[in-house]
Amino acid sequence: MNTDDRLIVNPFNHDKDFAGCSIFGMMSLEGKRFGSKDPVRAISNMHERSNGLGGGFAVYGIYPDFKDYYALHIMYLSKDAKQRTDKILASCFNIIYDEELQTKPANVVDPPVIWRYFVEPRKNRPKDQSPDDCVLDAVMRINTETGKAFVFSSGKDMGVFKGVGFPEDIADYFCLEDYTGYLWSCHGRFPTNTPGWWGGAHPFNILDWTVVHNGELSSYGINRRYLEMYGYKCTLQTDTEVLAYAVDLLMRKQRLPIEIVSQVLASPFWAEIDQMEPKKRLVLKALRQTYGSLLMNGPFSIIVAHHGEMIGLTDRIKLRPMMAATKGSMLYLSSEEASIRLVSPALDKVWSARGGEPIIGRIGGKQAVENQAKLEVEQ
Amino acid sequence: MKSYLPPEYIVERDEDKCIRCKVCVNQCTYETHSYDAEDDVIRSKDENCVNCQRCVTFCPTHAITIRENPTAYRENANMTSDVIKDIKKQAETGGIILTGMGCDRPLLTYWDRLLVNASQVTNPSIDPLREPMEIRTYLGMKPDALEMEYTNGDIELKTQLTPQLTLEVPIMFSAMSYGAISLNVHESLARAATKAGTYFNTGEGGLDPSLYKYGEHTIVQVASGRFGVHSKYLHAGAAVEIKIGQGAKPGIGGHLPGEKVTAEISRTRMIPLGTDALSPAPQHDIYSIEDLRQLIYALKEATNYEKPISVKIAAVHNAAAIASGIVRAGADIVAIDGVRGSTGAAPKIIRDNVGIPIELALASVDQRLRDEGIRNRASIVAAGGFRSSGDVLKAIALGADAVYIATAALVAIGCTVCQKCYTGKCPWGIATPDPWIGKRVNPDIASERLTNLLRGWSHEIKEMMGGMGVNSIESLRGNRLHLRGVGLTDTELRILGVKMAGD
Repeated sequence: MNTDDRLIVNPFNHDKDFAGCSIFGMMSLEGKRFGSKDPVRAISNMHERSNGLGGGFAVYGIYPDFKDYYALHIMYLSKDAKQRTDKILASCFNIIYDEELQTKPANVVDPPVIWRYFVEPRKNRPKDQSPDDCVLDAVMRINTETGKAFVFSSGKDMGVFKGVGFPEDIADYFCLEDYTGYLWSCHGRFPTNTPGWWGGAHPFNILDWTVVHNGELSSYGINRRYLEMYGYKCTLQTDTEVLAYAVDLLMRKQRLPIEIVSQVLASPFWAEIDQMEPKKRLVLKALRQTYGSLLMNGPFSIIVAHHGEMIGLTDRIKLRPMMAATKGSMLYLSSEEASIRLVSPALDKVWSARGGEPIIGRIGGKQAVENQAKLEVEQ
Repeated sequence: MKSYLPPEYIVERDEDKCIRCKVCVNQCTYETHSYDAEDDVIRSKDENCVNCQRCVTFCPTHAITIRENPTAYRENANMTSDVIKDIKKQAETGGIILTGMGCDRPLLTYWDRLLVNASQVTNPSIDPLREPMEIRTYLGMKPDALEMEYTNGDIELKTQLTPQLTLEVPIMFSAMSYGAISLNVHESLARAATKAGTYFNTGEGGLDPSLYKYGEHTIVQVASGRFGVHSKYLHAGAAVEIKIGQGAKPGIGGHLPGEKVTAEISRTRMIPLGTDALSPAPQHDIYSIEDLRQLIYALKEATNYEKPISVKIAAVHNAAAIASGIVRAGADIVAIDGVRGSTGAAPKIIRDNVGIPIELALASVDQRLRDEGIRNRASIVAAGGFRSSGDVLKAIALGADAVYIATAALVAIGCTVCQKCYTGKCPWGIATPDPWIGKRVNPDIASERLTNLLRGWSHEIKEMMGGMGVNSIESLRGNRLHLRGVGLTDTELRILGVKMAGD
C-alpha cells in the first residue's frame, strides 16, 4: 500500500478496509491485575480467524506509577514525522517522561518506531477546553498534520500494542510478558481488502476508549461523515475507527451510559419500538431520530473498553459470533468458546450474546454480570 | 397570417378496424377527431394533435396510431427542426414559448452515471422478504445530542424533539397546485399519501376544504401569491412549505390565466372569479435571508410551533450557500428542486436553460451543511425528475432524507408527458381546471395506482439495500461509499463526493 496516501485530504473516502478477525476480552471485575499469559494464549487459539496481517492488545491498569498522566503510544513512519509530532506535543503538553517502546526481535513485518510519552496538558490551553479535549485535539492534529505519525493510544494508565503479524507475534515483539493489567482486550486480524499496516491493526483507541471489532460496517460511509461534523477525522483507513470515535462522542462527551449507547449502535427495529410502553418508546424513537447516522449496520461483534468497564456487543441481527463466560470475578468475551475454555476450563457460566444486546462488565459489577448470566443460561 | 408550421404529429386510422364508435371524438379535448355522418367516417385534424395517446389508449379496436410527422427540414446539427419551428412560432406570435413538464433536452442525468454497491463474501447481503428492512424516515430538525435523566434504572428524556414528519416510504408527492391540476388529482394524491404513510404537497393554490380530512398527510404551501393561505389552511396540514423557487422555472413567478379560474378555484385561491392568478417572481416580503427568517417564524408562531417548516428552492449555482442560510434561518426542511423538475406552465427557454442538476446541488448542499456542522438541523428533500426507485436510492445515498416526485406520480395516473399542461385541456383529466374533464381521473382508481407505484418502489429500494448489507435507511443516507461513478470527470466526482468505479 502507498503510505503517502495517509493524509487527511481524502475527499473520496479512500481505502476502506474490511476485517474478518477474532476478538477476545478478559476482565477482573474486582480490578485485580494479571499478566499476558492467558489473553495471549486465548487469542492465539483462534489463529485460523486471522491471517498474520494484524494483531493487537489493549491493556488497562498498566502504568500505575504514571496513572495521573496521559500515556501516548505513537507510531512513526519517518524521522520527520517525529520531529513534527514533537513540536505539536511541546505546544500542547508538559512531557513528563518519554522513551522508545521496549521491543524484542519477533516474527513481525516492517516494524515502525513506536514511542511512549507520559504527558499532562498545559495550563495555557483555551479556558473552555477540558484536558481530555486537549488530548483529543492533539491526537487529531498528529494523525492528520504530520503525514507519517499515528497515535496508537492516548489514555491514562492504559496502552495499546498492535502491529502487522499474528497476535502472539505482536505480544512477543512488545514484550507483553512484562506488563500486568486488570482488563485485556485482544484482536487477530483478517483484512480482506487491503494489505495490513501497523496503524490499521486493532484495537482502535481514543483517550482511554478502545474497540476491537470483528466484521464489516456497511454503514461506515455515513458513520464517518457524521463523526466528521464533530471534529473526528478518520485517518486509519479501516471501518473500526468510527466505532472508537462514536463511543467517545456518545459516552465521554455526551455522557450517555452504555445501556443507551448500545441502543444507538445496534438499535431495536421500528417494529419493536412501536410495541414498547410509551415512555420507553419515546426514548428509543428519539435515539434513532437523533443518532440514526451512528447506527452500525452490517455484521459486527465488538468489545469496547475503558477504565472500569468492558462491553461486548453484536449487530442487531447477530451476523458475527460472541460468547461470554464468567469464572469467579473474571469476565470473558470471545469470538469462540474454545478460547475461553482453554484458559479457564471450569467456567461458572457460559452463554451466547444476543443480537444488539450488550454484555456489560464493570468493576464492582460482578453481581450484575452474574444476574445476566443466570438469566441467559436459564433461557 | 398563414402559419408556416407543419403538424407535429400524424394521426393514422385503420379504416378496417375503426367501428365509428366515436370514443376518440369524445376523448380528444383538442378536437382532433370529428365524425362525418354523411360519409360515416371519422376524420382527424393532424395539427390539433399533441400526441397525448388518450384516443390510442381508449380506442376499443386499436385502430389509431399517432406518428411523429416525418416531414423534416434539411438535416442540420445546429439549426435543428425544433429550433426552426420555435423561431417560426415566435415570428407568428411575438410571444414567449410556453411549455409544460420538465426539461426534455438530453442534459446529463447523473443518476445514470452512478452505480450502486452490493455485498459479496465479507458482508452478507440481507433478504428483505425474510428479515426486517427499514425505510421509515423522519423529517425535521434533529438535536446534536440528547439529554436524559436516570433514576433507579428509569430513563427520562429531557430533550424534546421539535415536530417531525413520519414517512413510511421516503418519497412524497411534490407541490402541484389545484388549478394547475384538477381537484380529483389532488384528492387522489391526498388519499394515496394517507394510505402509503407519506405526504402530498398542495402547491400554491390552496386546499379545497373537502380534502382537509387528509391533513395529517398534507404539506401546505405558502408561495409568493399567498393564494388560499389562511389560518385554517395552515392548521390543516402536517407541515408548511415556503416556496421560494421551482426547478422548472427558477427566478420567475407563475401565471394562472383568468379563464382557468373557475368558481371552485376562485374560492380556494381566494381571488375573484375569472381573474388572473399572478404569483410574483420573488416573495415581496422576502428580499433577504433575514426576511425569510421572519416568515419562517411567523409561520411557526401561526401554527403554535406544532409543524415543521420547509423551504423550497430551485437548484441554482450557489444552492449550497443558500441552503446553509435557510437552515440557519430556522427551516426544519430544505427542499431542492433540480433543473429537470416539472411544471404546469413555464417559458420553455427558462425550463431548458436555468438551474443546475439536482444530483450536483444535492451533493454540494449535503456536504456544505456537514462542513458547517449543521446537517442535523434540517432534513434535505430532493426533487426534480426522479424516474425510478434507483434514482431515489442514489439520492438518499448522496445525502437526501427523502425525495419529492411529481411527473412520475402523474404518469402513474395516466399522464404521457406530452408537455401541453399549460393549455389546461389535458385529455387525461390531470392538468386541467375544468371539472368536467377532471372527472376522467377517478380518485378510487388513481389513488390505487399511486399507492401501487410507491409500494413497488419501496420493494425495490429494500431489495437494493439488502444487497448492500444495510437493513435500515439511516445507514444508506449520505453513505456515498455505496456509490461509484462511471464516465465522470475528476471534478464531477469531487462534487458528487463519490469514487470512480473500480477505485
